[in-house]
Amino acid sequence: MYTTKDGKEIFVLDGHTHFWDASPENQSNVHGEQFIDCFYAYHTNLSPPEHLWEKGRFQKYSADDIYRDLFVDGPDDMAIIQSTYLRDFYKDGFSSIERSTDMASRHPERFIVNGSFDPRDGQKALEYIHYMKETFNIQGVKMYTAEWNGESKGWALNDPEAYKCFELCEKLGIRNIHVHKGPTIRPLNKDAFDVHDVDHAATDFVNLNWIVEHCGLPRLDDFCWIATQESNVYAGLAVAMPFVHSRPRYFGEVMAELLWWVGEDKLLFGSDYAIWTPGWLVDQFWNYQIPEDISAERGGVQLTDEIKEKILGLNAAKLYNIDVAAKKAELGAAPVQIAAE
Amino acid sequence: MFLEFQKTELEADVWDCLEQVTDPELDEPVTDMGFVERIAVFPDRKRVEVDFRLPTYWCSPNFAFLMAFDIRIAVGRMPWVEQVQVTLNDHCFADKVNAGVNSDRPFSEVFAAYCDGDDLHAVRMKFLEKAFVRRQETLLLALEAWGYSAQDIVDMTLGTLDGIAFQGEEERKQKPRYRALLLAQGLAGLPADPAFVTWDGARLTTAGLRDYLAKLRGVRINMEFNGALCRGLQSTRYKEVRIGADGPTLIDFIQNRVPPRQDRATR
Repeated sequence: MYTTKDGKEIFVLDGHTHFWDASPENQSNVHGEQFIDCFYAYHTNLSPPEHLWEKGRFQKYSADDIYRDLFVDGPDDMAIIQSTYLRDFYKDGFSSIERSTDMASRHPERFIVNGSFDPRDGQKALEYIHYMKETFNIQGVKMYTAEWNGESKGWALNDPEAYKCFELCEKLGIRNIHVHKGPTIRPLNKDAFDVHDVDHAATDFVNLNWIVEHCGLPRLDDFCWIATQESNVYAGLAVAMPFVHSRPRYFGEVMAELLWWVGEDKLLFGSDYAIWTPGWLVDQFWNYQIPEDISAERGGVQLTDEIKEKILGLNAAKLYNIDVAAKKAELGAAPVQIAAE
Repeated sequence: MFLEFQKTELEADVWDCLEQVTDPELDEPVTDMGFVERIAVFPDRKRVEVDFRLPTYWCSPNFAFLMAFDIRIAVGRMPWVEQVQVTLNDHCFADKVNAGVNSDRPFSEVFAAYCDGDDLHAVRMKFLEKAFVRRQETLLLALEAWGYSAQDIVDMTLGTLDGIAFQGEEERKQKPRYRALLLAQGLAGLPADPAFVTWDGARLTTAGLRDYLAKLRGVRINMEFNGALCRGLQSTRYKEVRIGADGPTLIDFIQNRVPPRQDRATR
């Protein structure tokens, strides 16, 4: 719960968080080491200095850490834990649905754990989707199109084998597809950050919700165009959020474009924890206004309190069928507990 | 002593020459971005070695390929150079990039294997267009802020633009770069030609100027995102860089990696 200066309580559903283990013991090779090093560089560069972590803690943090950072020190009411396996880089996976569910089982009222699959696994991917639905009753999945899988160095959402998986998701009621577009490697003549596969998949699967993380950046213009055409495309703000601190004018330009093209009902807050912690992000976001000259270029769009409340929680609550009033009452009856340290 | 002096001079020439090589995604010189880590000149063998490193292990390999080849081509054009070796360090595709760029095979052939037989021309043109847009937007915004009307801007000739003395650092930097691209693409040439046209060569209109600027802004927002991340990530990565056993090189000085003298003495 985020409490504003005038005492208003804002429901916060953090749409993009991780519970990873990137410790040296779990790294399979140099790629695993370089992957977490890259995340750590994001962390050190875009966090305010007082929120920097030691590298060891960043590589692997505990169940107590995530609970405290999100719900005790941080304002989150609930968090969606995304699964990212990276099996070519990490022995037991960068994160996994089993490990995340085990962590979340201490406070199931606060976590939504999403699954993941790799369409290139063919029949096995389909079996795995069944397993995740039956065992964990997942409502969503995280797709990482730049993941390596043997000789393959990436895939597209409109690959035929991916479509088979999405057909099954639709059939099983796994409706929220979070898409993370990382740089693809091959073929080299293709734009590495291309987002047009989202357009195809969203058109062909209108009953699924496509939540594109880091709002398609660095292809924001293409993404905005697609999201304007497709009613089932949403923008996750993970990675865009920390710019509120480091480059506030730039953050204003991004938000103005998103509000103008995509609209206030389709933007979802995400801290990308543990790259960043939600405490400072939410606080700075709540106190932020788009500079007037930037707003004027986009029809006067502005981040009003009402719109911020939607972005911070209400929009994601709709996608995950959460009754916010009931959830507030439930959480109010069981306030956060600080683990004995 | 003379040889040492000559070597440093030649290294400085190589450095200047590398200023023409840009990161295609950012339209910033690889030298400004701090990507170039080592320049070694061997005057007796007319040989130059250039090592570079990108902000992360995961930077897009097609950008890495483009930059590696552009470095080889730019240095190879220097009149006294006969051999060039380019080395990309700490990158997920480094082995393939290094083998390709130093193989003496033409650019297109090396790429074909990774591009389903296609070449990189389309990607190159796309990046060139982005560079054009970014350079042009800088100038247009500066002119607007200075009080030039839409009509003034639309009617402005290359000759008039040439005569304008911009004040801001960014505009001063981008003006010659914009002009060079305008000429290279055949979009303008004579003083009477319009100074501002679209990438497709169309005239701007007063009625369409706001929409056109909004489009340019969209392109810049994307480039700035990558630029901000790259600079940030790069600054972290380069903290690991240590001065070599032979003492600081020219690049260490240019990149401000050399600690003040008394600081070094007290270590």
